[in-house]
Amino acid sequence: MTMIGTATPRRKVQWSLLDLAVVIYALVPVLWIVSLSFKTKETLNDGNFIPRSWTLQSYIDIFQTTEFLRALVNSIGIALISTLIAVVIGTMAAYAVARLEFPGKRLLIGVSLLVAMFPQVSLVSPLFEIERALGLFDTWPGLILPYVTFGLPLAIYTLSAFFKEIPWELEKAAKMDGATPAQAFRRVIAPLAAPGVFTTAILVFILTWNDFLFAISLTSTEASRTVPAALSFFTGASQFEDPTGTISAAAVVITIPIIVFVLFFQRRIVAGLTSGAVKG
Amino acid sequence: MAEIVLDKVTKRYPDGALAASEVDIDIADGEFIILVGPSGCGKSTTLNMIAGLEDISSGELRIGGARMNEKAPKDRDIAMVFQSYALYPHMSVRENMAFPLRLAKVDDREVREKVDEAATILDLTNHLDRKPSNLSGGQRQRVAMGRAIVRSPKAFLMDEPLSNLDAKLRVQMRTSVSKLQKQLGTTTVYVTHDQTEAMTLGDRVVVLRGGYVQQVGSPQFLYEQPANLFVAGFIGSPSMNFFPASLADNRLNTPLGEVELTDRVRRLLEGKDAPREVIAGVRPEHFEDAGLLDEPTRSGGATFRAKVDVLESMGSDKYAYFTVEGEQAVSSELEELAADAGATEVPETGSQVVTRLSAASTATEGGTTELWFDRDKVELFDPSSGVNLTYSG
Ligand SMILES: Nc1ncnc2c1ncn2[C@@H]1O[C@H](COP(=O)(O)OP(=O)(O)OP(=O)(O)O)[C@@H](O)[C@H]1O
Ligand SMILES: [Mg+2]
Repeated sequence: MTMIGTATPRRKVQWSLLDLAVVIYALVPVLWIVSLSFKTKETLNDGNFIPRSWTLQSYIDIFQTTEFLRALVNSIGIALISTLIAVVIGTMAAYAVARLEFPGKRLLIGVSLLVAMFPQVSLVSPLFEIERALGLFDTWPGLILPYVTFGLPLAIYTLSAFFKEIPWELEKAAKMDGATPAQAFRRVIAPLAAPGVFTTAILVFILTWNDFLFAISLTSTEASRTVPAALSFFTGASQFEDPTGTISAAAVVITIPIIVFVLFFQRRIVAGLTSGAVKG
Repeated sequence: MAEIVLDKVTKRYPDGALAASEVDIDIADGEFIILVGPSGCGKSTTLNMIAGLEDISSGELRIGGARMNEKAPKDRDIAMVFQSYALYPHMSVRENMAFPLRLAKVDDREVREKVDEAATILDLTNHLDRKPSNLSGGQRQRVAMGRAIVRSPKAFLMDEPLSNLDAKLRVQMRTSVSKLQKQLGTTTVYVTHDQTEAMTLGDRVVVLRGGYVQQVGSPQFLYEQPANLFVAGFIGSPSMNFFPASLADNRLNTPLGEVELTDRVRRLLEGKDAPREVIAGVRPEHFEDAGLLDEPTRSGGATFRAKVDVLESMGSDKYAYFTVEGEQAVSSELEELAADAGATEVPETGSQVVTRLSAASTATEGGTTELWFDRDKVELFDPSSGVNLTYSG
């Protein structure tokens, strides 16, 4: 961006300052939580941005409560299963959307768009009633169900965009080179589709991982409560203790996977991978 | 290596479109055959049916004597070069070329040898470890050829393999494709809509129109003996000029003047039940500046005066364009040819004529010149059926 126009040193400095301001604005709340999580109980409310005295006590505390550990297991399990289901079904649907003409194709796209846009909060009460009636309330499937519902449109959308980029003539070329349909898929189409599937999986995972609304409404015990919901039930070691430190620590812990994903897999969105198959 | 026979091969797409109709072609072992025709005439469809990428609706395809209709592409042992090259972007040049061999479970040493050999032939040795996206258009094209030749298939199929290259490279690659085919001696079916490519490359050319085979023959034969108006207009560059004309008592009345039919033409017309009104065709190269001809030659043709609209000097020749007043020759075939050539604006009255004159011609742009055309080279067509009435083949 800074290279647009003539990149005089003066302009560079201006841009750098502006970038810095934006980054600080975005990061201050996050850093604040990090700071709180490292403070001792006594200095929690002293208002210092950089803790006077550092401690890992909050982290030790949360990992000693079954409350948090159970929630973490629930979060990981539910997010992984939801992602897997949404991506597998989404891949098939997106393949059909990108490759085939079938009756009701436009309807399918329209409906999935509608689902993606639907205000989730309006579904909470009916879902609550339905799940109680079916015995799904406060179970893993009870959360996986709405997550797949909202993850699927996202998956279909991103994947069909990726699939449209694949030059399908390659499949024909592979057949001519002597490949069976299965070999053509495995050795030519799959490697090209993989980055798209991977990116979609990360997006769906983040969507479910971050959900608070369904998690708080459709769970009631440790059996299925995920971390974002569990955080709101955190109390200190005793009833009179301020849980701010432990909440902050837990918040930092569940942010880590997201940061890891973003930092490491940013570059996997290689749209340019397919360039060069046809005349560039 | 094998001969390919298309026996009344027909393709009807599910939506009812008839893309190929009773196509009959016998391709000999080692022959280089060209499928040519305007856009949408069914060239790719025919090629894809030979490849096995499209089902054959009816008729039979035989390769090396064996029926192929139900065989999957991989069991037909033929290689294909696509217009888009269809290189695998995630594989290096070496891996791209080795892919067909790996699928055939050829052992590593042999794969290496064959790929190196193909790379040498195609001058790709220095690029073997690069990805297709880092290659130039011409190099990509050669990789696509390499992938086809490594496993020494029974036949090559090529669908407009040079159309993505710029004009100069296209001419260069045309020669290498031709050389390569001669060197390998593999039966080749080549699709193009470029009549120059068709004329220069093929042993034989198949002209297609709307899914129907119009004529099959050597380039020279198609040029000299076009079976109908469509082939006459399609083969040759610049294309043949057409005029409405009428026949009476062995004389032909054309907008360029009245000429007596030569004995050869008269004999050909005999027993053909020619209509009175015909379409006469004269190729640009059968015109000449009358001033340059000696008397005996002059009398073998007809002279007329015309005002030259445009004169293009090519060094070796001069192209003179002029307009003939009066009605234009009309037929569905000529309309289709004009549409394919992208000629949207038709002159209000009269038709444009292209002539190729010797460089020595003194014709000037805007000036009036006396021109001559060879009576014996005039071709006559039936306007309703398009059939060449002077066809002797
Ligand atoms: N999948 C299809 N379904 C229906 N009709 C088709 C299909 N593919 C091609 N056609 C039709 O069949 C006819 C022949 O198509 P084809 O692709 O063989 O033409 P072509 O000669 O290769 O033209 P071009 O020079 O433009 O490549 C066209 O009229 C086309 O519209
Ligand atoms: Mg085509």
